[in-house]
Amino acid sequence: MLEIKNLHARIVEDGTEIIRGLNLTVNAGEVAAIMGPNGSGKSTLSYILAGKEDYDVTEGDILYNGESILEMDPAERAAAGIFLAFQYPMEIPGVATMEFLKVAMNEQRKARGEEPLKVPELLKRVKAASATLQMDMGMLKRPLNVGFSGGEKKRAEILQMKLLEPKLCVMDETDSGLDIDALKVVADGVNSLRAPDRAIVVITHYQRLLEYIVPDAVHVLYKGQVIKSGDKSLALELEANGYAGVIGEAA
Amino acid sequence: MNMHAQPQSTPAETALIDAFGERLSHLPGDGEVALKRDQSVEALKRGLPTRRIETWHYTDLRRLLTAVPEFDATLAGKPAAPLIEGSPVLALLNGVAARPVAIEGVDVERISEKLGDGTYAPALGPQGADDAIGALNSAFVADGWLLNIADGTVLDKPIELQNVQAGGQVHARLAAKVGAGVTATIVERQTGSGDALVSCVDNVVVGDGSHVTWVIVQEQPESATHLGQFNAWIGKDAKLTLFFMNAGGRLVRQEIRVAAKGEGSDFQLRGVNLLSGDTHTDVTMVLDHEVPHTGSREIVRNVVTGKAKGVFQGRINVHQYAQKTDAKMACNTLLLSDDGEFSTKPELEIFADDVQCGHGATVTEIDHGHLFYLMARGVSEKSARGLLVKAFLAEVIEELEDEQLVEALEAKLDRWFATHG
Repeated sequence: MLEIKNLHARIVEDGTEIIRGLNLTVNAGEVAAIMGPNGSGKSTLSYILAGKEDYDVTEGDILYNGESILEMDPAERAAAGIFLAFQYPMEIPGVATMEFLKVAMNEQRKARGEEPLKVPELLKRVKAASATLQMDMGMLKRPLNVGFSGGEKKRAEILQMKLLEPKLCVMDETDSGLDIDALKVVADGVNSLRAPDRAIVVITHYQRLLEYIVPDAVHVLYKGQVIKSGDKSLALELEANGYAGVIGEAA
Repeated sequence: MNMHAQPQSTPAETALIDAFGERLSHLPGDGEVALKRDQSVEALKRGLPTRRIETWHYTDLRRLLTAVPEFDATLAGKPAAPLIEGSPVLALLNGVAARPVAIEGVDVERISEKLGDGTYAPALGPQGADDAIGALNSAFVADGWLLNIADGTVLDKPIELQNVQAGGQVHARLAAKVGAGVTATIVERQTGSGDALVSCVDNVVVGDGSHVTWVIVQEQPESATHLGQFNAWIGKDAKLTLFFMNAGGRLVRQEIRVAAKGEGSDFQLRGVNLLSGDTHTDVTMVLDHEVPHTGSREIVRNVVTGKAKGVFQGRINVHQYAQKTDAKMACNTLLLSDDGEFSTKPELEIFADDVQCGHGATVTEIDHGHLFYLMARGVSEKSARGLLVKAFLAEVIEELEDEQLVEALEAKLDRWFATHG
């Protein structure tokens, strides 16, 4: 589903190279964890997948279902089924959450040539999805993410993911700032989306999240490259021994 | 006189003076009215204001008013559908009042009749040496509407006043004498289809304890010049909310002159400037807090695209005896293009010592983080920008209490953005 080939990318503003020859394959139906120390390029990779214009891809390619997405803008990528759950979801004053959900769902449908959802059907879906995430509908009347607690913001991200039904979900440090109860709710939300035709990429710093979202594959990112791949036991090894051992091995 | 003698008249100045000679015999009123017209044209003869006149510093009318269209009596504007369905409409069609409609609690008079019988003379003439709009309008005004709203009247629908131009020159007056204890909303539409020069002067007296909301929607075509002046006097414990939306015109100046005359009075200004193309729009406010215990809040939000230029000058005068005045002014601009400009000039002149006054101004661009977030959810760039622009402006519009009015104005916003965003 996702194939990253020899990707090199740098920050547009100052030219710093962050991704340095990254190779990664994630198959449909798979949950892949990407782990790595601070500054290894994890968040940058998620932004590049979503199409943030602050980064320049200088070499290599990103194939999604066999086709390059590098020329697509973020909205086109989203309509094609790529979803990034942000580590720090933006607060957007003046845009009501419900209105935003309506626009996002219907713009994606429009881009795919589908009929827009009518308000009653939309409300039904939003209500059902919020209930599973233990979210209060009152929150959805407020401006998007404004004044939401850290946990509420993360739940709102998962809510959007459930409603938009993407094919490739990229979750950037979804566990950061969550207490254990919120973590379980969020993990349940993610697990409910596991499907044979969907891939989930979980970017995380700690093994903790992977107790709740059990990965099929674990990749270690260091200095902009995948230096080691393995199954879920690799995450446990990292938890026990830290990154130093793996990094030493690769060097 | 502040209006300096100019070495040589511009074609526009010459055209205005010539037009007065030609129009005079067609204009209603003699005696005192004719005298006021004459004084007004004398003021015009001293030349249109330039940037050397402080209140016109950012809008050099002499330079910007490059041509003046001729009067054309054969043109007739068509009334527009009212902003809110079922509103009584009083229209001026290319400067001439259409048939009046009956409104309960409101006595409607035509300004042409009041000019004809001389009773409107005291309202004519420029207010001060820099009042070019007052002078131009007083010289040429031919018609308009005066609403006399009886004490205790509560209007269930807004009254809509339409000034619809079809081209040439239109100089009109819209006035309201609002009695005590009235609740009323007036919608003023400035629109049309021609390359017109329009001036419109409003005089609004808000009686004690009344609550008046006045909404100006200016949507002239991009070829028209619009010069508006809104004058108001607010009585004891009365509240005036003035909302304006500028969404058109090549050269626009909207002046707002408000005096808080009665204790406990309150003035609220909410404004939206939607600026596009190669246009120039100036909103200039002078607010006088004349007595103790009065309040005011001004919030102006601007969206600038293309090569448009915008100006907001806000002057608040707190008089010596106006203790406990509470006044705050804010002007926020969202720049959507590199070639657009907006200038803000707040001025506070405070002679009382126990007051709260403040002002603030910001200029921002669309937040790239916000834009990326919305796009990452599949919202196209244009729609995402639209959502963010609307979010920036909606706060101001949604403060209006009338939901139908809010919807109608937001629909105008959407249409403007679809064309110009």
